[in-house]
Amino acid sequence: MKFYIPPQIPRLALAFAVFISLFLILRHFLIPETFGEYGHYRGASLIDNAKPEIHYAGQQACFKCHQDIEDKKAQDVHSDIHCETCHGPGQKHVLSSKAVDILKPSGRVFCGSCHIINAGKQKSIINQIDLDKHNVGKNCINCHNPHQPWEMKK
Amino acid sequence: MGNEKIITSRRKFLKTATALAGATIGYTWLKSSQILLFAAKPKDESLPWYGIVIDIQKCIGCGNCAKACKNENDVPLEPFYFRTWVEQYTVKNDGSVIIVSPNGGIDGFKQTVPNEDIFKSFFVPKMCNHCSKSPCTQVCPVGATFESPEGVVLIDEKYCIGCRYCVQACPYGCRFIHPVKKVANKCTLCYHRLKKGLAPACMETCPTGARMYGNLRDKNSELVKFLKEHTTMILRPHLNTGSKLYYNALSSEVR
Repeated sequence: MKFYIPPQIPRLALAFAVFISLFLILRHFLIPETFGEYGHYRGASLIDNAKPEIHYAGQQACFKCHQDIEDKKAQDVHSDIHCETCHGPGQKHVLSSKAVDILKPSGRVFCGSCHIINAGKQKSIINQIDLDKHNVGKNCINCHNPHQPWEMKK
Repeated sequence: MGNEKIITSRRKFLKTATALAGATIGYTWLKSSQILLFAAKPKDESLPWYGIVIDIQKCIGCGNCAKACKNENDVPLEPFYFRTWVEQYTVKNDGSVIIVSPNGGIDGFKQTVPNEDIFKSFFVPKMCNHCSKSPCTQVCPVGATFESPEGVVLIDEKYCIGCRYCVQACPYGCRFIHPVKKVANKCTLCYHRLKKGLAPACMETCPTGARMYGNLRDKNSELVKFLKEHTTMILRPHLNTGSKLYYNALSSEVR
């Protein structure tokens, strides 16, 4: 009598065992392979995130061929501006020089995107131009060489 | 009688001691399996731990960063969802603050307030703060967003269910649902570029060098040097997000 176990207990235990094992099996198939490798996420996602192709090659890639521009640029105030800031993403062009998707922007609006006068800009950081007053109607690159802005064209 | 008392108190002591020891061991065991308790806490000291500095004094609001970011990460130009964008804050002489960000600053800014009304004006580039205690990763119900071992907050696009919980959780408004992929999207600090040794697209194309990234673990890195030499501030420090995006010369008007 002392060790009497009611018949419900083994039945319940069996039901519990079935449910728990079902849960474990389901869990095994539902949790992705690398989950928890580094933390509460799929470890393989780090590889996925590193996968996308780059579009901007970085200016060192440009200078491998365009050494002359590097030298020119180094002498003037645009020296710290990387090529792709103005010329757009260049990875395609780096992979094949046949890809001529490099932008050659010009015009007062484009140069103005940096140089337009605005109270938010610090005068020591950038020369600001009042586009309504400074040589109206002329294209900037008629006088200024964008690679060497103070090497004035005649 | 006295003897008995000693025995019971000793038993009690042993019981309590065992329980305490058991609890301590149990706790340390739980703690070691951190995936149950915490977001990722990287221990790998060999990897960099990325931080970002944005120098507000240098930003000219040209919008090249926002443009380059969209190009690099294949985010459609329209609708105007941004991984990084620029805002212009203008504090007027009467103390009111005007904040504008036309198309996220991607086409530059036109001054809207006449010079004589302006007390001060400045540009604030915004992007993911790559928080080390990020609210957005904590709310994800499926573990599809996380802090990488390098301290970069990333999204697992294959696993995201697009529930938008993280979009609401980010106090800096840095997340959105990608209009084509229909899953959450955000600045990855160009993780794919970092892995190839290149700078993030926004920093590659910033003409004034207003943005800087670097390894916070390396005490000799340019970034740490900058942080030492300048008075920098993070956004919304009271939220304790552990933001790793430091602003130089941040005004209190910035939200």
